[in-house]
Amino acid sequence: MPTDTAVTTDTEVLMAGFGGQGTLLAGKVLAQASMDLGREVSWLPSYGPEMRGGTANVIVCIASKPIGSPLIESPRGLIVMNLPSLEKFAPKVRPGGVIIVNQSLIDRDPHRDDCTVVKVPSRELAQQAGAIRAANFVMLGAYIGATGVMPPAAIERAIAEEFEGDKARFIASSVAAFRAGVKAGRQPAH
Amino acid sequence: MAKVLMKGNEALGEAAIRAGCVHFFGYPITPQTEVPEYLVKRLPEVGGAFVQAESEVASINMVYGAAGVGIKCLTSSSSPGISLMAEGMSYLAACELPCVIINIMRAGPGLGGILPSQSDYNQATKGHGHGDYELIVLAPASVQEAVDLMTLAFDLAEQYRNPVMICADGMIGQMMEPVEFPGEGRGEPFKPNDWELTGAKGRARRVVNSLFLAPEELFAHNIHLKEKYDRIHRDEMRSDLYGADEPYDLLLVAFGTMARISKTAIDEVRRDGLRVAMFRPITLNPYPTPALRAAMDAMGPSGKVLTVEMNMGQMVHDVRFAAEGSRTVDFYGTAGGIVPSPDQVAAKIRALIG
Repeated sequence: MPTDTAVTTDTEVLMAGFGGQGTLLAGKVLAQASMDLGREVSWLPSYGPEMRGGTANVIVCIASKPIGSPLIESPRGLIVMNLPSLEKFAPKVRPGGVIIVNQSLIDRDPHRDDCTVVKVPSRELAQQAGAIRAANFVMLGAYIGATGVMPPAAIERAIAEEFEGDKARFIASSVAAFRAGVKAGRQPAH
Repeated sequence: MAKVLMKGNEALGEAAIRAGCVHFFGYPITPQTEVPEYLVKRLPEVGGAFVQAESEVASINMVYGAAGVGIKCLTSSSSPGISLMAEGMSYLAACELPCVIINIMRAGPGLGGILPSQSDYNQATKGHGHGDYELIVLAPASVQEAVDLMTLAFDLAEQYRNPVMICADGMIGQMMEPVEFPGEGRGEPFKPNDWELTGAKGRARRVVNSLFLAPEELFAHNIHLKEKYDRIHRDEMRSDLYGADEPYDLLLVAFGTMARISKTAIDEVRRDGLRVAMFRPITLNPYPTPALRAAMDAMGPSGKVLTVEMNMGQMVHDVRFAAEGSRTVDFYGTAGGIVPSPDQVAAKIRALIG
């Protein structure tokens, strides 16, 4: 049962989607929040030619001791924003892991009975939160809600940090989208 | 100062400023472009200047000129661009001018690809330009170490009046990690010295020159340089050992990113009772041969050595040189921008001692 109290375990999560869906940014916010909680962290993006119109992904590792390999073949967490990412990465998730699927764009099941799968209508939830572009934070919220790897408030602080200054107008709606995601992530798996 | 989350490339740029870097000359190339991208904003804020040159050849020659007048300066590129700078490195070393050159290695040869690689090991440690000269070559394995080595790079460049190369790969350049910087704002310029060109009014003329047509004069210059490289090899070797506090049956040798990945592989096989340690050179030149040999000898004659690199087998020759035929040295490597996973390295370890 996820709790809100503290970062509980060392973990790693792969976030993947189309370039422009904000996966790298959501990953950065997760990494920033982990660092602010005093954790060791690495944020490793894909930067190959696949970024041009194709998939963009990032692996965030969170640990209590210095991180060895920032490259993880079989992550414990996966957040997929689009179908190509689901097809590419869902088979690689470690058994017992968590897969957050963007239901707004993916109508397929990852077929991983050995993992917790949470399907999130990220676009609709982002729209309801008044931030159509914040589907990435809805998905991040669902991951936090489903796993409880850290208190949602830590992410909210990191969102505020990320958008401070001339982007401050995005903070409230991004946080609202994130909260909607946390709520969705806490639903029982289906 | 508190920790900040930063990309390796950007952190290298900031670290250079903390070390006193005033000028940057460079040309964009993936995967190092965030170095100039960061410095084009940041250098003017600290009273420095950024120049995007018309090519890598121009960049390194601008470094040559700026270093000649005693300016702390930096250039940065990735593999194909470093090849273009090779001639300038030879001139800088010949004229004993301090500077720092960053190579964020990508896969080659030729234009190759843009993904991480360590295939410029030979070039960095034994190649680049012509003639009898050496660069000091430093290889960070994390963003924090990249920052720490940038400080060291400018110190060594000044101390030995020699170009220093920071040799990392695309993964270190692109990755974000928490990092802490030394000092605040721009660091100190070079200490007062007798080599920089400042105008000869009231003092004897100084000359920056690499042309010696009289063979005796050039030979004397070669001997002078060799004595300096000998001092560097004696005093500046740096390396790190992981897991060598307990007995081990296999010594893995890796640098940079490959050492990070290997560390995870070692932790994995140790859970199955395999006894493995890792030797990580931090200075690729001077290569820490004596420390490596000692780490091999600590195993006894049956101990195995495995070199892991993101290339087709380059550093392995220096590892074999250190072994001096005392034992066989195995190699595992990938190229083309394919980064081995910890599982693949672990499988190689198991094949040797499992």
